[in-house]
Amino acid sequence: MDGLRSGDRDAFETFVRLFAPRATRIARRILQNEADAADAVQDAFISAMSAIRHFRADCQLTTWFHRVATNAALMKLRSKTRKDIRSIDELLPGFFADGHRIGPKPAWALSPDQILERSERCQIVHKKISELPEDSRNVVLLRDIQQVSTAETARQLGVSESVVKTRLHRARQALRSMFEEEFEVA
Amino acid sequence: MPELSCQDLIRFLDDYVDMTQSDKVRVAFDGHLKNCPNCVAYLKTYRDTISLARGACAEDAAAPPPDDIPEELIQIILKSRPSD
Ligand SMILES: [Zn+2]
Repeated sequence: MDGLRSGDRDAFETFVRLFAPRATRIARRILQNEADAADAVQDAFISAMSAIRHFRADCQLTTWFHRVATNAALMKLRSKTRKDIRSIDELLPGFFADGHRIGPKPAWALSPDQILERSERCQIVHKKISELPEDSRNVVLLRDIQQVSTAETARQLGVSESVVKTRLHRARQALRSMFEEEFEVA
Repeated sequence: MPELSCQDLIRFLDDYVDMTQSDKVRVAFDGHLKNCPNCVAYLKTYRDTISLARGACAEDAAAPPPDDIPEELIQIILKSRPSD
């Protein structure tokens, strides 16, 4: 770790050889194309190297790298689809003065497993996650995808636990609205 | 405890889903959900959202990482190391 931080060449090579397979697996799954996946793997290591100085020794390296590599692949996907980051506020539910929700919709016809069993629908899920603002995407990646604790997520992102909680709830609600646009019962 | 509105329920839905609330609050939530199909649908799709994100992006621990990484790619990455 220290060698990696101080820019030691051998430490970097060890790190690349150790983590390239995992980065490749993540990128292939999200991008489904070998050339784009290779670009995303390169991007993952570039952002890992620029972020490594902020990496805290008491954080898990594998969890940290998974987030960096997934973000790199999602950013590549978003640039390919030319979509913009969505505003969380615009995706949150609205309420009438009496506390009832505006425009409630029924639950979706398909279960998560049914949605994910078709690769084009799985791709929609990846795209929607890629359109979350980075702060929100990071908490979803750590808390819901890797199932890391609130305390560990707070350490990795350098924010308080209450910020993690608030961001996560807002991000889930925004992502729910984006999925609803795609998966609601017509 | 005063009756919960849909807005109250959704504001604290993360605590309900993550099981981080007191038993008393939980009972109030369950009471609201019994009579509110809109919030039941919201709760279900909120949970589905978490499952979808996880299902689409979690690492498949059962499958070994690929071993066909092109050496050329490794070399490109090694060359891209920021020099100081
Ligand atoms: Zn309700």
